[in-house]
Amino acid sequence: MNQSVSDNLRHHSAETALVSGKPTFGGITSDISAIAESKTPRAWYIAITITGSLALLFFGLIVHLILTGLGVWGISIPVGWGFAIINFVFWVGIGHAGTLISAILFLLRQRWRTSINRFAEAMTLFAIMCAGIFPAIHVGRIWVIYWMFPLPNQMGVWPNFRSPLLWDVFAVGTYFTCSLLFWYVGLIPDLATFRDRAKTKLRRIVFGIFSLGWRGGNRHWRHYELAYLILAGISTPLVLSVHSVVSTDFSVSQLPGWHTTIFPPYFVVGAIFSGFAMVVTLAVILRKIFKLENYITLFHLEKMNKIMLVTSLMVGYAYAIEFFIAWYSGNQYELFTFLNRASGHYAWAYWIMVSCNVLIPQLFWSKKIRTSIPAMLVISLLVNVGMWFERFVIVVTSLSRDFLPSSWGDYTPTVFDFGLLVGSFGLFFTLFLLFIRFFPVIAMSEVKTVIPDAEVQGEH
Amino acid sequence: MAADKRKNGLIMLARFENPAALLRAARMLHEAGYEKYDCHSPFPIHGLNRAMGLSRSRLGYLVGLFALVGFSGAVLLQWWTHSVDYPTIISGKPYFAYPAYLPVTFALAVLLSAFAAVFGMLIINGLPRFNHPLFDSEQFRRVTDNAFFISVESTDPQFDIEKTKLLLESIGGGNIEILTEMGREHGR
Repeated sequence: MNQSVSDNLRHHSAETALVSGKPTFGGITSDISAIAESKTPRAWYIAITITGSLALLFFGLIVHLILTGLGVWGISIPVGWGFAIINFVFWVGIGHAGTLISAILFLLRQRWRTSINRFAEAMTLFAIMCAGIFPAIHVGRIWVIYWMFPLPNQMGVWPNFRSPLLWDVFAVGTYFTCSLLFWYVGLIPDLATFRDRAKTKLRRIVFGIFSLGWRGGNRHWRHYELAYLILAGISTPLVLSVHSVVSTDFSVSQLPGWHTTIFPPYFVVGAIFSGFAMVVTLAVILRKIFKLENYITLFHLEKMNKIMLVTSLMVGYAYAIEFFIAWYSGNQYELFTFLNRASGHYAWAYWIMVSCNVLIPQLFWSKKIRTSIPAMLVISLLVNVGMWFERFVIVVTSLSRDFLPSSWGDYTPTVFDFGLLVGSFGLFFTLFLLFIRFFPVIAMSEVKTVIPDAEVQGEH
Repeated sequence: MAADKRKNGLIMLARFENPAALLRAARMLHEAGYEKYDCHSPFPIHGLNRAMGLSRSRLGYLVGLFALVGFSGAVLLQWWTHSVDYPTIISGKPYFAYPAYLPVTFALAVLLSAFAAVFGMLIINGLPRFNHPLFDSEQFRRVTDNAFFISVESTDPQFDIEKTKLLLESIGGGNIEILTEMGREHGR
């Protein structure tokens, strides 16, 4: 039907085909709907048994933590912050890539984002859920956690709005809510697709409710598109501001190694870096298992690897300039802090961080490696290891060697620290597996707009 | 008379081949003076707003308003709690430490903007609406898959069962179907 039209149009788009294999609208619908509509593969059950067990472990450990107290962790003086805040920053950071793909790439008109934005944004939501649990459980008296909200109370006190710890509440809360709204709005047309394809009454009712009666009318699309654009516009500053606010948890303190203005941009870049690494990991696995190679093509993966390379260089620059400024400042204590990171008690963590974040991603300069699936899977996993260690190095080295040598002390994480870290991955992947099973993993309506069939010849 | 017409309201549905055909047809319908009609597609089509003669959405103004509400609310909250109700000197800052108040202010402005954008959009679109005559059509199921439609309401002054059908067929419409409207006005 559209063969001659498409052939005519093809010479208009000089860019690589974003969906390979001569896609049609109907083909896109059936390819992606099939994942959620067909019989669940056995691998899914095996995977969710593993991740689900870890998630149960997670919640079990939390219950034990609350009943017994924070003493089950390895935190002590001087290292009063340990894995909890490291994990919090780690997970919030991962979330930022999803929003960058959804919002910033949208504003920059990068049409290749349409194959990855749905599951990347879902990844963001699950990452923030995992992140938010840690500040909640690390307070010790979780039964008065509501004190962090500005609710009138019988004591006549208010939260301290001048504290970054409270800014986190608002920033991360807003970030989660906006991401959820953005993700849901994008889902509405696709949920309508599921509704219209539903073969069972239950599916029809559930997707009917959640698609809100969407009819695809242009009078609706016009308000919808503006809402989408506005959400992209307000999520963009959130990508930058939320992790900057998280970084101020450290930078407004007086601790050497923490009290530095580089933290906001350093943290944001690091967040994008680790987030993209997680997106690449998920993309590589997803496309292989569900045969989505035509949608998540090597073109998409290469672009993401390039972003990882750029952010790796920026993170490397940050490490170098911190050292330079420590020396250039003439402040012997600042210099000691950084020399201690590279050669002190936790030097092993520092060098894991540098190798995984700066050295190994340089392999992406080679096109062969950038387009190699096994290579990018390994590199993206190592980047996330490195980024976790970056937060470990920041938190633990500065705290363990603070102002007076008489205050110095080391941090020995306990089995509960490790258990909660591993358990959080269990929660994250369980949520992601559930998402794959029930939701359209790729934004069908958006992908349809980037194939040649969607072009209207010279109409605008 | 008008009430009767609305009670026996009909919707005429026509199917089109592809986005380009839909765009051309929309323009011709608009030029023919039709107003109460809509174009349906699995994805938004660029240029269709202009072809249908639609004005820009007002949603932006609503969002801007709520951004201001969020901003003002946050400033008010922080000012009142820290300058009026229970002032405390923290880290040597003045009571109204506005640089320190910026993160929460920004967050609340953004939060309320997001609510305005999403819920405003849904309200303007009249969603959720689970029941609509168009859902009675079998072929309309494909609108979220790969089909393109135009629906014309009988409440449009130009509407005439024969004439509108001929017009739609002449501009590329096929599978013309008539659906009954259950006494509700639709389309904005």
